[in-house]
Parts: sequence; structure tokens; C-alpha cells
Amino acid sequence: MLNSYLHLNSKLFDKDAEQKPTRDGYGEGIARLGLTNPDVVVLTADLSESTRCEEFARKFPERFFECGVAEQNMAAIAAGLGVSGKIPFISSYATFSPGKNWETIRTTIVYNKSNVKIAGHHSGIVTGPDGATHQATEDIAITRAWPDIKVIIPCDWIEAKKATIYAGETEGPVYLRFTRDKTPTITTDKTPYDGLKIQTFWVSENPAATIFATGHLLYYALLAAKNLSEKGIEVLVANVSSIKPLDGEKALELVEKTGAAVTVEDHQVIGGLGGALSEFFAKTKPVPMEFIGLQDTFAESGAAIELIKKYQMDEVAIEKAVKKVIKRK
Amino acid sequence: MFELNDKKIVDLEEKANKIRELIISSLLEAGSGHSAGPLGMADIFSAFYFNILNHDPKNPGWEDRDRLVLSNGHICPVRYAAMALAGYFPVEELKTLRKIDSRLQGHPHRTSLPGLETTSGPLGEGLSQAIGIALAARLDKKKHRIYCIASDGEHEEGNTWEAAMFAGKERLDNLTLVIDRNNIQIDGFTEDVMPLEPLKAKYESFNWNVIEVDGNNIRSFIDAVSQARSVHEKPTVIIANTIPGKGVDFMENDYTWHGKPPNKEEADKALKELRTLGGKIRTE
Repeated sequence: MLNSYLHLNSKLFDKDAEQKPTRDGYGEGIARLGLTNPDVVVLTADLSESTRCEEFARKFPERFFECGVAEQNMAAIAAGLGVSGKIPFISSYATFSPGKNWETIRTTIVYNKSNVKIAGHHSGIVTGPDGATHQATEDIAITRAWPDIKVIIPCDWIEAKKATIYAGETEGPVYLRFTRDKTPTITTDKTPYDGLKIQTFWVSENPAATIFATGHLLYYALLAAKNLSEKGIEVLVANVSSIKPLDGEKALELVEKTGAAVTVEDHQVIGGLGGALSEFFAKTKPVPMEFIGLQDTFAESGAAIELIKKYQMDEVAIEKAVKKVIKRK
Repeated sequence: MFELNDKKIVDLEEKANKIRELIISSLLEAGSGHSAGPLGMADIFSAFYFNILNHDPKNPGWEDRDRLVLSNGHICPVRYAAMALAGYFPVEELKTLRKIDSRLQGHPHRTSLPGLETTSGPLGEGLSQAIGIALAARLDKKKHRIYCIASDGEHEEGNTWEAAMFAGKERLDNLTLVIDRNNIQIDGFTEDVMPLEPLKAKYESFNWNVIEVDGNNIRSFIDAVSQARSVHEKPTVIIANTIPGKGVDFMENDYTWHGKPPNKEEADKALKELRTLGGKIRTE
């Protein structure tokens, strides 16, 4: 069952449950930060509307910088602002930033310890009709390989807002990952938020496997847990909102209860959440694992829900993976 | 600053010569690194650290200091030598260049050494960072100046032009870019590798104020910087024509010295040349 202590959306599984893109939470988060902290500045590379910078830009025009289609320049300008006491958020699509400007961010922001927040939008295959060129599916891998950065992936728009505010209030580089398409609202304003901790969203007696999910696919993990429970298979579902640092203590506790893990992410199965957890469990508690995500391929154009089904990231695929991993114990 | 008489110029030239000696000896000690660029820029670094910059070596984090951003980080031996002479750290420490546990990284790392404004080495990124620093100064209504030194070769990086467009758009008149126009890069002469001319016209078309100057003439260079301060509503670029390897006869204008250090024999010869000339490598 949904963890009652976390005040999650009780209507989550209803047909008319609220759906909103996580980028909306980013937009609200930066607007809020703009109000509370005069040092917060926002930069975009010709994507102010689709990365939800417009409210900030309207309210704080002198602190908003339009860089044009130039992601390297945007990143390094932000680096300069960040070493001068400002708290810059750079907003673009994740394929371009931190994709195209990866080395610029590495040198001028991360290694340089500049206090910049990188907002990577349009992540995952749920970017949909734009096709694989615009679906960021390697961004977790290329950011979490850096030392001294936090990699945070909100599961819904409410957590996205909290994560954005958290990023603005924490010192040092942060990568935030957002989605374009509407996704179910899983949490509520009352859900406690600690950006770096793993929270157990689905609890059960005698669980047989632990599902670790990150980002919007957490919804499908919870749906799978509900369906499996109706069939007599109990699991735990954890929301891993921070890939780096990884809450190893909690991950270990959750996997020790079940002895099996399934990871779920809208990202390549190489180098993302599955990679991070398998590296960790290999050193601490090797258990059978299954990996839900993009299976070393590029996706294509299509509606988000069609892509989630075709590329086997929906509840059906997750249920299958759970059954498989339990057999392997 | 900017108060120049003949005595002061001679003093700056002698400092430049001392910087050159320190470049040679630290590169010899390091066993790797770049020779030609640092030598060519010794005059400009002398001008910055001993005349132009409003700075305090004992308080490198002073918030009202002028900022000097080095984009082409590979010429850092000249910056390290100038900083040591200016009192940021002991001259002795130059011997640790590129060595384990040193603050003097092969390419400059901001958090390793107080007094560095950015981390640099990968080319084309410095002007953008200087722009960010200049924007912050403007937001905070600060009066300090932001200087960025970049190489000519790194203008092949698209990022440089992204930054040039942006600075023109934002009319950043607190920003001055100095281009080390020494015409060489690793693979040869810039005009053979990828023609850059007409460089002046390029910047003018990006809405910059452009000044061309002999970068090995300290007086002309300081005059150019002074001029840049009086230009409003536009960033200024000073195209400083320099001689790569300046002061060491066998290195001058030879691109093969771009990315290698002298060996013992070459260093001895170079140091002898520099010491014999004393402060006479002056402005022709």
C-alpha cells in the first residue's frame, strides 16, 4: 500500500488523477526563489517558454539572461556569475545542456566549483513526438560521472518545485532533470522532502523484491506494485530522487529486506539509476537485479504513453521484471 | 595606476624580463608545458600585475578587485610568475609547477590557488566566464573592471563567437578582452590552420570597440587599456600583436615552441640571453 506517513496523492490510481509536467514545478520553483533570494539568476538558450522561465523573466527581467541558441556560452556565463556570488539556473533541453555543452560544464562549473544549477528539460522518451534527437536518455550517466555534483530527479511537478528550491538553497553544482509531458502527481504539498534521501512510497509485509524508481516512471512502479499485490506478490517501491549522492544506507536497508532489486528509469539502462545501484550493491550486498529503462537503443517519435509501452517501461514490463528477479533469488 | 613615466616603464620592462626568466626556469623544472605563449605575453602580464590591475595580493578575495580572467590557460606559467613576483605566493613555489601536490596545476584551477578567477585550459570558454563576472558586477553596481586574456588560436572555437555576440548585445563596457595575436598554434601558423583575418572587422561587426596595439610595447598597451575604460556602451577588444617566444632568440616566431619546454642546455642559453639583455628587451 501507499506509505501513509508520506501524505501521497490518495487519488493517484483514479482515472481522473491530476497530471502535470515536472517542468511546471521548475517554473514555480525558480519564480519562488527569485522572490526570496535576490542573487538567483536564470539563463536560457532560446527556450524560455518550454523550460518554464517566463514567470521568472517577467517578474525579474534584470536577472534573466537570454543567451540565444548557444548552450556552451550559457554554461560558461553562468559559471562566471556563480563564482561572483550569484546563483544561476541554466535552462535548456538536456540533450543540449548538459549534452552539447558537457565539457564546458565539466571545466567551468563542476571542476571550478561554481554555484550553478543545470536544469535539463525534455528528458526521457516521454519527450515523445519530437523524436530521439530531443529525448535525453544519457544525461544521468554523463552527469553522475562527475565528482562534486548532485544529480536530482523529481518524480512529479510538486517534488520538482521542492527540488528546485532545494537546489537554489544548497551550495554547489546541481543537475536537475525534468520532463516535458504531463505525468501523474504522486506526492502532495504535505509530503516531506529531503532531496537526498530515498523514500519508500509503497510498503508491504514480507516483500519479495524492491523496486527502485526515479523520475516520473515511479508512477508505473507503484501501479505495478498495486497490481502485483492483488495477485499476492508483495514488493517495496522506493523513490530515488537523488542519484548522486546515493542514499546507500536506505538502499541497503530496503534490499536487505527482499534480496532482489528492480530499477526503473526513463534513461538508458547503462550508467543511470540501475548503474549507480548495481555499482553500490556489488560492493555491499550483491543481489539479483533487473533493469527497466531504454535497453541500449534510441527511441523514436510517438505519444509518450505509446513509447512507454513499446520500450517496455510500463507497469506490465515492471511486473514481469519483478517476477523474473524473484525467480532468480 | 596608469601613472606612467619613463622610470616606471623601465621598471615594468625589468619586471617583464624577470617574469621571462621565471617562465624558463619553472618550465625547465616542470619538464613539460608551453614556452612561446608565456614569453610573448610577459610584457602584458607585467603591465597588468604591476600597473593596470586594482588588486591586493595579500587579500586575493577582495570583492572590489579588478578581475583578470585567463582563457588560454596553457600560458599559465606567465601568470604564475607574475603573481609570484607580485606577492601572491613565494617565488620559490614556481618550482612546483605541474608537480604532484602543487597549487600550480598544469592548467590553472581556481580553487587550487587564491588569485585565480577561473579554471581554464579547454579553449574558448574564458570570454563567456568573464562575461558572467561582468554581468554580476553590473547587477551589484560594482565599479571594478573585468579583463579577459584569450589566444588567437582559440577563436577557432565557436564558443568564443557565441560570447562575442552576447557581450555586444549586452553592451558590457566594464569588460575588456585582450587577444594574444601571436599568429601561432600547435599545428602551425594560425593563418594556415584556419585564417582568422580580418579579425578587427570581425569584432567591429559584433558591436565591439576594437584597438590594435603592439603587445610587446608596454606603454602602448597600457594606453590601449586606458582608452578602453573611456568607451561606454560597448565592450572593448585589444588585439595585441605579440612575438611568440619574445626575448629568447631561438624561440621567437617558431611555432614548434608552442607546446614544449626547454631542456637544460636550451634553458641555460635562454636565461643567459635574458640576463645579458637585462631590461633591454624593451619596446622597439
